[in-house]
Amino acid sequence: MSGERFRPARDRRRRVGAIFRMVCLVSIGFSMLVLAILLVDVARDGLHWLSWDFLARYPSRIPERAGIKSAILGSLWMMGLTAAISFPLGVGAAIYLEEYAPRNWLTRLLQTNIGNLAGVPSIVYGILGLAIFVRFFGFGRSLLAGAATLALLVLPVVIVASQEALKAVPSSLREASYGLGATKWQTIRHHVLPMALPGILTGMILSLSRAIGETAPLIMIGALTFIAFSPTSPMDPFTVLPIQIFNWTSKPQAEFHDLAAGAIIVLLVVLLVMNTGAILLRNKFQKRF
Amino acid sequence: MDAKKLTRTALVLAPLALLVAGCGGGERSGDGTGLSGMVSIDGSSTVFPISEAMAEEFQIANPGVRVIVGISGTGGGFKKFCAGETDISDASRPIKQSEMDLCAENGIEAIEIPVAWDGLTVVRNPANDWATCMTVDELARLWQPGSTIQRWNQIRPDWPDEEIVLYGPDTDSGTFDYFTAAVVGEEDASRDDYTASADDNVLVVGVEGDAGSLGYFGFAYYEESSDRLGLVAVDNGNGCVAPSRETIENGTYAPLSRPIFIYVKPDALARPEVRAFVEFYLNNATVLVPEVGYVPLAAERYEEILDW
Repeated sequence: MSGERFRPARDRRRRVGAIFRMVCLVSIGFSMLVLAILLVDVARDGLHWLSWDFLARYPSRIPERAGIKSAILGSLWMMGLTAAISFPLGVGAAIYLEEYAPRNWLTRLLQTNIGNLAGVPSIVYGILGLAIFVRFFGFGRSLLAGAATLALLVLPVVIVASQEALKAVPSSLREASYGLGATKWQTIRHHVLPMALPGILTGMILSLSRAIGETAPLIMIGALTFIAFSPTSPMDPFTVLPIQIFNWTSKPQAEFHDLAAGAIIVLLVVLLVMNTGAILLRNKFQKRF
Repeated sequence: MDAKKLTRTALVLAPLALLVAGCGGGERSGDGTGLSGMVSIDGSSTVFPISEAMAEEFQIANPGVRVIVGISGTGGGFKKFCAGETDISDASRPIKQSEMDLCAENGIEAIEIPVAWDGLTVVRNPANDWATCMTVDELARLWQPGSTIQRWNQIRPDWPDEEIVLYGPDTDSGTFDYFTAAVVGEEDASRDDYTASADDNVLVVGVEGDAGSLGYFGFAYYEESSDRLGLVAVDNGNGCVAPSRETIENGTYAPLSRPIFIYVKPDALARPEVRAFVEFYLNNATVLVPEVGYVPLAAERYEEILDW
C-alpha cells in the first residue's frame, strides 16, 4: 500500500479555493461597478430635470418646455393592452399544455418551439407585427398593433412561466378533487389555478417588465417620434418611453441628452415598481408544500 | 382562501390597467379654433426639426388638432405617403419619378412645397488641420463607387499618409441622394465602404472620435456641434466657400445648398385641419425655420405659395 499516493496538500487546495473565491468576487464586483457607473452617470445628467412638470408636459423642441407625458401614457396603455392580450392567451396555452394535452411527439414539438420562440430577436417580432397587425389586420400604426406585437413577444415567456407554476401544484391536490367528484374544469378552476396564480402573475409581470423596455419592434411597426397629445383609444398613434429616450439621444443638443437621462430614471422607477409588485404578490400568496 | 381572493384580483387586474391608462384622455375638446382631427407627417430626418417645431406650435394654437411626426427617411416617407398612410411627407430632395409612379398607382397626387434651404456640410475631425478645403472633383473621386482612396495623401500628395474613415447618411436618406447627385454626378452612386447611419448624431459622434475621418450631413446638425467638428469648405471652381446661413441663402455655397420640401396630397388639403396646418407652416416659416438651424426662403416666396 502506498500511503504516498495521497498527499493532503492542504495549503495548495486552500489557495485554489481562495483564488476561486476571489474570481467570483471580482465578477460580481465588476457587474456591480458597471451598473453603479451607469446609474451615477444617468442620475448626474438627468436628476436635475426631474420634476412634476417634466412628467406632465408634452415633448418640445425647447428643452425647458419638454416633458414625457405622452410617452408615459403611451407606455401605460401599451402595458395594459399587452397584459390584456397576452394573459388569457398565455395562461390558456399553458393550461392546455399542462392539464389537457396528451404526452406525445406533437406536444413535445410544440414545447420545443415555444422554448425557441423565447429566444427570437425582438426585431423579428416587429417585422411580423408590421406585416400581420399593421397591414393585414389593418390596425394601422396604433397602440393596438403595438400591444399585439409585444404580446406575441412575451407570450413564450408567459407560457413557460405559467407551465412551471402549474407543474408546481402537487398532483395529490388534483386527485383529492377528483376523488370528491369534481370535474376536470372544476378542479382546474377552483384548485389548480388559484394555487398556481402567484407564479403565473410573477411570470406575467416579469415579462411585462421586458416589454416596457422594448424599442426595436415598436419602431419597426411605426411608433411615432413626435406626439404631443394623450392617446384616448387603442387605435390612436402612440409613442413610448424608450422611443422618447432614443429620440432625445439622437438630437444634437446636449440638453436633450440630459432629458433622455431624466426619462431613463423614470423608466427605471417604473420597472422597479413593477418588479417590487411581482415580489410582493409572490410573497403574499405563496404556499409551500 | 387567499388564493381564491387572488383569482378575483387577477381577473380585475388587466381591465384595471386599461382603466388607469385611459385616465390620460379627455382633453381633446375645448379648443379655441374649433378645428379637430389629425395631421400625420413622416419622412426625412433633415426636415423633421422644422416639422416638429411647426407641429408643436400649431398644437398650442389649435389644441383640438393632433399632429404626429415620424422619421423614416425621405424614401421611406414617400413609401408611406404613396400608400396613403400619411397626409404630408417630409423630403430633403424632390420626389423621384419612380415614387410618383408608385403614388399614381394608388391614385395619390403630391403637391410640392419648398419650405427652407439646407446646406449639405462636409465635416472633418478638428485634429485634421489640412483638409480645410476640397474641390468638388476631389470629393467626387473620394466618394465615387469603387473609389480606391484609403489615405489622405492619395487625394493630395502633400497631405499626410493617414487613413481616411468615412461617415455618411444611409441610402434611404434624401441627403445621400442629393450628395451623390451633386458631387459624384449620378444619383445614388456612392462607394459603400463607409459607416452609414440614418441618425445624424451617430455621424457627429463618429467623426468626432476618429482623427482621420470625414463625413457629411445637413447644416443644422453641424451648427449644433460646431465646437466638436471641423468644416471642409467646398471649391466649385470659384474658390473655397464654407457653408453658412449667408452662403447657403445666396447660393454661393454650391453645389451643396439645396431646397427642402414638404409634399401634401390634395385630398388631405381639402380637410380644414390639414389646410390650416400647411398655412400655419408657411406663415411661420420665417420665424421657426431659422430657430431650428435652417435658412428660410425669401419671405415673398412663402407668400406666393400661400396665394397659390
